[in-house]
Amino acid sequence: MLQDLYQEVILDHSKRPRNFHQMDDATRHVEGYNPLCGDKLKLFVKLDGETVQDISFVGAGCAISTASASLMTESVKGKSRQEAVQMMERFHDLLTSEKPPAPNLGKLAVFSGVREFPARVKCATLAWHTLKSALAGASEVVSTE
Amino acid sequence: MGLALKTWQDQSSRENFPVLNQRVHGKPLVYLDNAATTQKPQMVLDAMNQFYQADNSNIHRGVHELSERSTKHYEDARVKIQHFLNAADWREIVFVRGATEGINLVAYTYGRRHVHAGDEIVISAMEHHSNIVPWQILCEEKQAILRVAPINDRGELLLDKLEELLGPRTKLVSVVHVSNALGTINPVAEIARIAHRRGVPVFIDGAQAVAHMKVDVQQLDCDFYALSGHKMFGPTGIGVLYGKAALLDKMPPYQGGGDMIRSVTFAKTTYNELPYKFEAGTPNIAGTIGLGAAVDYINGIGLDRIEAYERDLLAYATGQLERIPGLRLIGTAREKAGVLSFVLEGVHPHDVGTVLDREGVAVRTGHHCAQPVLEWFGVPATTRASLAFYNTRQDIDALVAGIYKVKELFG
Repeated sequence: MLQDLYQEVILDHSKRPRNFHQMDDATRHVEGYNPLCGDKLKLFVKLDGETVQDISFVGAGCAISTASASLMTESVKGKSRQEAVQMMERFHDLLTSEKPPAPNLGKLAVFSGVREFPARVKCATLAWHTLKSALAGASEVVSTE
Repeated sequence: MGLALKTWQDQSSRENFPVLNQRVHGKPLVYLDNAATTQKPQMVLDAMNQFYQADNSNIHRGVHELSERSTKHYEDARVKIQHFLNAADWREIVFVRGATEGINLVAYTYGRRHVHAGDEIVISAMEHHSNIVPWQILCEEKQAILRVAPINDRGELLLDKLEELLGPRTKLVSVVHVSNALGTINPVAEIARIAHRRGVPVFIDGAQAVAHMKVDVQQLDCDFYALSGHKMFGPTGIGVLYGKAALLDKMPPYQGGGDMIRSVTFAKTTYNELPYKFEAGTPNIAGTIGLGAAVDYINGIGLDRIEAYERDLLAYATGQLERIPGLRLIGTAREKAGVLSFVLEGVHPHDVGTVLDREGVAVRTGHHCAQPVLEWFGVPATTRASLAFYNTRQDIDALVAGIYKVKELFG
């Protein structure tokens, strides 16, 4: 169902993305790119020791990729690097595996409908791939391909 | 549009194209992705089946009956293509995998032999990646320069600018006949005249043209012309490179192997004559026969009829889309084929594509392997509806209704 993909929360975050700005004092800054659709985003992360103290992004993408980036920044802000990586894994499972969704996904659970739209999984994971690379310490362009 | 034409058209789509008779997500399929690939009529499927069921054998070598039949069908297809393009000689028709391979063949053979450091190759700003990257690879290898002729806001090639780019170092002009991203029909005969005045040969990428308009390579006077079978109701994996015999003759072979040789010893190999010099290895025999059947199919309808019908349908579709608030057509050339590339204010093409898909409407979204031209228009991606003669006004109405659904959802 189309409504399962484009849930209210997703539409809201795609039209009014949160943490949508550049960050001058970011400690990490990585670009994510989906060559299939041309979606690009720049992710800014401010790490304080092991903690994601602040996170923001800019870029242009479809509703799914913009909402995913927006909800991701809300979800990982203030979390430890390890917690963020665990969340990433749970999110990936949500999109690709048949297992029931993990109970502690919070708002990210709204992306459960993406699984029924395989062509759109990469839209939802672009921001997370980019975050993974940022947390790993790379400053580079990350591609979903 | 006359009633007779409509009846012919309805019957063609209902009876001849099995794929079109299905429901997608519970809705009747509306296939508007013909620039990506066209559907195959039963006649093409039957021809390929018939080959595998009754004649399958390798060509050009066996003395047995099946091999003789296969060879005849394969070579008959070449003659069909020769007449389809009005080439002067069947030896000018080289079978390749598709237009992409045709371009690569010329880049690797003609290009490697004639392009040297400081030489120039001229393309246009609306090229598909397949008519950019092979030349970039060649230019990098040879330290040659790739020049790009600009376009205007409608997506029309600026001929005077193209002419200014031609100089003593220009070794080839390579342009698309019909742009896959914009629909622009380039004045390729005029481009050939301009280039020939300076002694520069011209390559035309005809992948998007041959299913929609009559192409006469002698009239165009192009030196090379490439097409893909699957974009003209034929199978995938087969295409054609046309080249003037005088040029092909002087070119080195593309790939080495069986069938492209006259004699082989460890000391020296002599190459086969045209076109076999460029057809190493066992070719795509079934695909070639399928392509021959596709030519028969197109001829059975007539390209002038197809062209007139599609022009009418394009005008209808353009009018309907232009009425939608917030919709901007990308590519509004005065000479245009059935491609409707557009952006919808506030909605990303991927979201448009997903919603349309749920309405049964198949379109392409993305950069259409033509990133530079979309960048020129300042958009990272578009939604593209592309027409074939089996599309109807009802298909366009379904597209328009789907776009209103998109607006409702994202409004």
